[in-house]
Amino acid sequence: MNQNTTISPEEIKDELLRSYPAKVAKKRAKQIIINSVDKATDEVPEIMANVRTIPGILTMRGCSYAGCRGVVLGPTRDILQITHGPIGCGFYAWLTRRNQTKPATDKDENFMTYSMSTDMTENEIIFGGEKKLKAAIEEAISIFHPKAIGIFATCPVGLIGDDIHAVAREMESLHPEVNIFGFSCEGYRGVSQSAGHHVANNKVFTDVVGLNDTVKEGKYKINLLGEYNIGGDAFELDRIFEKCGITVVSTFSGNSTYDDFTRAHTADLNLVMCHRSINYLAEMMEKKYGLPWFKVNFIGAYDTAKSLRKIGEYFGDKELKDKIEKVIAEEMIVVEEIKKDVTTRTTGKTAMLFVGGSRAHHYQELFKEMGMKTISAGYEFAHRDDYEGRKVLPTVKIDADSRNIEELKVSADPEKFKERKKASELDSLKANKNMEMNDYIGMMPEMDENTLIIDDLNHHEAEVLIEKYKPDIFCAGIKEKYVVQKSGVPVKQLHSYDYSGPYAGFVGAVNFYKEIDRMVNSKVWKYVKAPWEKETQLAATYACD
Amino acid sequence: MLLRHTPQETIERKALTINPAKTCQPIGAMYAALGIHNCLPHSHGSQGCCSYHRSTLTRHFKEPAMASTSSFTEGSSVFGGQANLVEAINNIFTVYNPDVIAVHTTCLSETIGDDLTQMAQKAKDEGYVPAGKKVIYASTPSYVGSHVTGYANMVRGMVDLLAVSTTAKKLDQINVIPGFVEPSDMAEIKRIAELFGKKVIMYPDTSNVLNSPMTGKFKMYPKGGAKTEDIALSGDSKVTLALGRFATGIGAKLLDTKHKVPCELLDLPIGLAATDRYVEMLKKYSGQSVPESLMEERGQLVDMITDMHQYFYGKKVALAGDPDQLVALTEFLISIDMKPVHIVTGTPGNKFERRIKELTENLPYKVNYTVPSDLFTLHQWIKNESVDLIIGNTYTKYIARDEDIPSIRFGFPILDRVGHQYFPMAGYKGAMRLLEKILTCLLDKQDKDAPEEKFELVM
Ligand code: SF4
Ligand code: SF4
Repeated sequence: MNQNTTISPEEIKDELLRSYPAKVAKKRAKQIIINSVDKATDEVPEIMANVRTIPGILTMRGCSYAGCRGVVLGPTRDILQITHGPIGCGFYAWLTRRNQTKPATDKDENFMTYSMSTDMTENEIIFGGEKKLKAAIEEAISIFHPKAIGIFATCPVGLIGDDIHAVAREMESLHPEVNIFGFSCEGYRGVSQSAGHHVANNKVFTDVVGLNDTVKEGKYKINLLGEYNIGGDAFELDRIFEKCGITVVSTFSGNSTYDDFTRAHTADLNLVMCHRSINYLAEMMEKKYGLPWFKVNFIGAYDTAKSLRKIGEYFGDKELKDKIEKVIAEEMIVVEEIKKDVTTRTTGKTAMLFVGGSRAHHYQELFKEMGMKTISAGYEFAHRDDYEGRKVLPTVKIDADSRNIEELKVSADPEKFKERKKASELDSLKANKNMEMNDYIGMMPEMDENTLIIDDLNHHEAEVLIEKYKPDIFCAGIKEKYVVQKSGVPVKQLHSYDYSGPYAGFVGAVNFYKEIDRMVNSKVWKYVKAPWEKETQLAATYACD
Repeated sequence: MLLRHTPQETIERKALTINPAKTCQPIGAMYAALGIHNCLPHSHGSQGCCSYHRSTLTRHFKEPAMASTSSFTEGSSVFGGQANLVEAINNIFTVYNPDVIAVHTTCLSETIGDDLTQMAQKAKDEGYVPAGKKVIYASTPSYVGSHVTGYANMVRGMVDLLAVSTTAKKLDQINVIPGFVEPSDMAEIKRIAELFGKKVIMYPDTSNVLNSPMTGKFKMYPKGGAKTEDIALSGDSKVTLALGRFATGIGAKLLDTKHKVPCELLDLPIGLAATDRYVEMLKKYSGQSVPESLMEERGQLVDMITDMHQYFYGKKVALAGDPDQLVALTEFLISIDMKPVHIVTGTPGNKFERRIKELTENLPYKVNYTVPSDLFTLHQWIKNESVDLIIGNTYTKYIARDEDIPSIRFGFPILDRVGHQYFPMAGYKGAMRLLEKILTCLLDKQDKDAPEEKFELVM
């Protein structure tokens, strides 16, 4: 497809805003930014993000329940999860996110294939649902004997005043062998899934992390935060870590278990993948237990290598660094070979990414490796720091919707806090900008000048972008997939990977190269026009034959 | 094992639903509303519900499922959603320009008691509803009924707010209201009715909306869908054939009470006998004889049944799905001597229980059903009495795999196969397709498991 390079981003922006009522246009104008980066300071223009969705405008966003139950807690196989509410919310969160999980043995617990709900009826809406919730927990314990139960509140629960936390406490006192905790993730909290991530982080931090001090064997112990094992990503990363001699104590939360969470504080480093959904946990663990964290990205072979090197740098051991170099060299052989072939067909193609809270950034790396250009990108539920970098945090305004989500006050644990690095060591790591210690540089500084950055992209805007730019590939979610494909542009879902993957790590990069090559070079899109609809000239030639 | 914690022994559950065999009202309302031409469904509540419903419909149809939301925040949850809905209506007509907005509620807006009639009026009073455009609505609290109830409520909303009667004397035209079936089924149901030569008004009609062709150009409102002018005319018809009483009953009855259009409540025309009854009604109200072409289709179906009877005979089947489908399927399976031994729906309702009782009480074997129930129970029943075939939505494949039982996809949602959008299961031809699927499934299993000396070339 030929990209339209003649129109300026300003014109496109005007076009995007043109058909809106004035009030809508005014708001959206602040969420649509033409990128420009000050190379010296990484300074970028301010974008408005994490603000209310406009009623009636077809958004990609979901709710805080989806962020909490679906994203953060969903991938954990042995926390039995009960949705407290009417049936729908629990039904839709049932197995739809593709978080793969692999219990160690046939006997190990795996509740992920089960959807459990109190299936509230009118009676509970009127008279309260606590009684039913308690009974549901009793039944769950007697059938499944779990070690932990999470209760997830849906919209009506908060309104009718059910106190899920009181129920959790009461039931736990009756069943002290089960850790029971509730998440106030009613869908109306906050403005998107993002609020639910925060709620999930808080509760896992207060009620699960730190319960078990047994230290896992291993010299270089890490936690991987914000990796959800979509399509087996976490499996691939586990493979790489093992090869490098790095021990993963816990992953939040792909292929994870409750027990791993309980001893996460015994690791020596937190790696943050999806900054948006999990940075709270990283920060809180640093304050309470002394685990430093930094941002990594395992999407893209080069970024994977870079992230591994950061780990080597952090631990500082020559042995580890050498091992990492050896692994990278080994893995890159296949990567380079496939890349060399694929780039002959992908170089110069264009992509757009509108998804999630970190993925729209991460996946640009893969496209870059394939010689493709990202012409526009944005997040569905990110905050300003995900766009502009954490340096803007002090200036982010806290509005009424954010204030509703509890910000925990965390201080050092008198017994469990352990200094991992001397202050001087930490200082020198922090001075190294490449390390992104306690930092995330954000998406915009790494994007080209004049690309369009759009927060909370909606249907109308997507349509305009596609018409004007005609990208070779569009990355989004399931709701957008067929809308965009009907316009003849292939869509890669970056939430579910269209039921393929993994795309993380080295094996993942190769999978992605091949998949994108297939998509942007496929002949199937050419069948849209019937032979008799094509050029009359062609028809004439046939006639002569 | 994927469902490794499901014990054979059943204990009574009163509070915990495990692996539901239903979902919530709004998704049914959204689906029904997509069956109106140039209509944008609107979910009045937090945006999460709308996102879930659109995602599920998209995964089921592999098609765009367009709908908007009021995007409640905590503030709207406390003060009511009027401001959100009025703003939404203005934005929708300005940006997306539908002819109709079909609003449904969610648990949230229902719990706070939002009054849609008054809010729609308010939007009108403020001048946000352009001339000739309509806002229709239905109350769809998810803590009552299921997705089927939501479909029924939106159909009722269409009747209530779009149908009119213009003449005292009824016109020689027939209304058909299909239940919660696939776009392909709707097209087939309409095709059959139109064979009788009378004007047929059918709504909802999602064919050519949720199975639209690839043209290289996205259309927010595809070609299909019932036209509002036609729905309006339905108040003048001489009869309404309501197919599937759980999904269509209240709408059809309202046409009767409000516009004096008598209704016939029929089963979904799935299977031989139920299709026969539909055809008989068409014959009766059109005053025409049954067209030869339809007789041929029926004959082919009967031919297939008689030729293949030995493979159906005595095979035990577990069924999970929605009431209207289950009633029709149960009757059909029994009629070809298959044995539906376990029947599960999550949709509550005594009427369903009574129908299944009528259909199965004289059988020489026991049939398990309790209403409402869930797939966890179904699995336990299967562990206690195994079956040869499972018929249900995609979620039943976890049971099928664990227990090594062949299964076919039928119902909602089907997330992992295609075909349902395009090829009907309704009508005689649809019944043949259903039988073909059953046969293929059973015979594939036989081919796979037969010892070498028993492996047959011809069947
Ligand atoms: S809150 Fe109600 S309407 Fe929304 S998804 Fe849940 S059950 Fe359905
Ligand atoms: S917005 Fe509320 S009711 Fe809807 S899915 Fe989310 S939690 Fe459930």
